[in-house]
Amino acid sequence: MKYVQLVLANLGRHKLRSILTIASVALALFLFASLRSVTTTMAAAAQFGGARRLVTLNATGLVFPLPLAYGNRIKAMPGVTGLSWANWFGGRYGDGKNFFANFAVDAESYLALYPEIVMPADQKQAFLQDRTGAIIGDRLISQFGWKLGQNVTLQGTIFQGDWTFKIDGVYHPTDPAIGDNVLIFHHDYFDERIGRAGIAGWYIVEIDDPAHAPQIAKAIDDLFRNSSSPTKTGTEREFQATFATMWGNVSFLMSTIGLAVVFAILLVTANAMMMSARERTGEIAVLKTVGFSDRLLFTLVMVEAGALALTGAAIGLGGATLLYPAIKFNGAGFLPGFKVATSTLIIGALVALGLMLASGLVPALRAARLPIVQALRKVE
Amino acid sequence: MALVEIRDVDKSFQRDTQRIDVFTGLTLDIDAGSFTALMGPSGSGKSTLLNLIAGLDKPTRGTVRVGGAEVSAMSPGQLAAWRSSNIGFVFQSFNLLPVLTAYQNVELPLLLTRLSGRERNERVKIALDVVGLADRADHYPRQLSGGQEQRTAIARAIVADPTVMLLDEPTGQLDAKSSQEVLTLLQRLNNEFNKTIIIVTHDAHAAERAKTILHLEKGDLIEKPRVAAAAR
Ligand SMILES: Nc1ncnc2c1ncn2[C@@H]1O[C@H](COP(=O)(O)OP(=O)(O)OP(=O)(O)O)[C@@H](O)[C@H]1O
Ligand SMILES: [Mg+2]
Repeated sequence: MKYVQLVLANLGRHKLRSILTIASVALALFLFASLRSVTTTMAAAAQFGGARRLVTLNATGLVFPLPLAYGNRIKAMPGVTGLSWANWFGGRYGDGKNFFANFAVDAESYLALYPEIVMPADQKQAFLQDRTGAIIGDRLISQFGWKLGQNVTLQGTIFQGDWTFKIDGVYHPTDPAIGDNVLIFHHDYFDERIGRAGIAGWYIVEIDDPAHAPQIAKAIDDLFRNSSSPTKTGTEREFQATFATMWGNVSFLMSTIGLAVVFAILLVTANAMMMSARERTGEIAVLKTVGFSDRLLFTLVMVEAGALALTGAAIGLGGATLLYPAIKFNGAGFLPGFKVATSTLIIGALVALGLMLASGLVPALRAARLPIVQALRKVE
Repeated sequence: MALVEIRDVDKSFQRDTQRIDVFTGLTLDIDAGSFTALMGPSGSGKSTLLNLIAGLDKPTRGTVRVGGAEVSAMSPGQLAAWRSSNIGFVFQSFNLLPVLTAYQNVELPLLLTRLSGRERNERVKIALDVVGLADRADHYPRQLSGGQEQRTAIARAIVADPTVMLLDEPTGQLDAKSSQEVLTLLQRLNNEFNKTIIIVTHDAHAAERAKTILHLEKGDLIEKPRVAAAAR
């Protein structure tokens, strides 16, 4: 403990440099935690209730619809216990700055397939009986100040025009994988307004056993392989990933470019740390003359590197952990339940330890091995 | 038995292909409580001799004993521990860590002891008091004059109450007045506190403050009585 002052004094030697070093470590690990959380959040979503749900899309891509006639054929397949369908709407509210997901669903079958969507029974009943009604996740209430029973108007982006819905129900998802900022309305009404019946955006297929998912998915796709619209069936998680990718190929950009940036920051930081130790040859020689042992000097230089790396890591990882829940970040609805996983914190801490070794080991060994007489001859 | 016993010491340096023999068969005794000035031309081996006594460097052959301990046979780890309690070293310059205050610089050798914070505090205060810098404890080296810096270094050299003080041209970069202050301080430490002091200097006037003057010429020692030097 009595050496704390000495370590602090050395860190304070170039205050700006120490602060910048800590800041860049913090930034690198903040980025790292954020990027990795995209992946872990998606993976976590797949662990939840959706294991018994498959999603069938047009093989060409999410934006291409499927014939509604497929529904009955899928439903008749062995292992399939339930079916619903939905269509992406992409409506915008107000200036459109606060994006949220909204889509049309076959309400009765959809709510049956998603027990995670919980709302009072009377609200659910009101929605099922109101052809132009909608239900919303409870976050939209706080986000836009909407009230139960009021009308809200969305501007169609894919399907032009003003679309007004009455809020019949407010749900709260019991599972963070189901977005709490989604607006859901009736597929019938959607078909009617766009004058295009017999079309589904995607199918949600309930199966008897999650273990059968691969076979059933393959059977569905085989069924339509030679039809006009071949399908692509996967788990709900894969579906969400498709969404996120469509949203701007974000995860790929993040994981490649982002990690390269993180790595570059760490290299620059390690170099800066080594530089500051190299400038002190004379002082280390003086300390040795006073009687500081090689081992003690090794430790002191290492502690200095560790103080920078670990302070930066604590700020970066702690910041990411606290920030995202505080601002209720959910990737505009595509990353519901976004949070920094414990495994990310552990890996981040290990990265910081690695940085401490990478930046501290060379100067620490140099300090320990420094021959006093030669060093002093250079100084004088 | 002398405090410092140098027996039949060879010291040579290898520089590229050339071997420099600084000492061959050097033998020297320095008594406890003495005040010795070491003089001689540049390159004669004065610094090398101090380094051997402090255990900063090893003789090529022969033994160096200080206070009965065989310095030349110790391991690097033993030497560091031994030095912290037996040697007070002062260089010509760059003695102090610029990031530490005078107080913290003086405290450095005590960090290596088992003394409590309070005991360290007492000792540092006494040492700073002895060198007349009690009121400069919180100053950083850049806020001190050259003479004050050297007196701080001397305070650090005495704070752990070492067996012997070694000073390599401590006044080499000081003006006349500051030099006088430092030399007077060393004399006092020798007279009042009975400190054993070995000082390397080029300055004959400085050397006169010592009780014994040794001349190194090409690695050989010539002892000159102080009076002779004074009469010069
Ligand atoms: N580490 C070393 N490597 C090689 N040669 C050395 C080394 N240390 C000292 N020497 C050589 O040994 C000789 C004695 O050096 P030393 O520094 O002891 O002289 P000095 O009497 O202190 O000189 P000065 O008055 O210039 O300080 C010189 O020739 C010097 O070049
Ligand atoms: Mg010298």
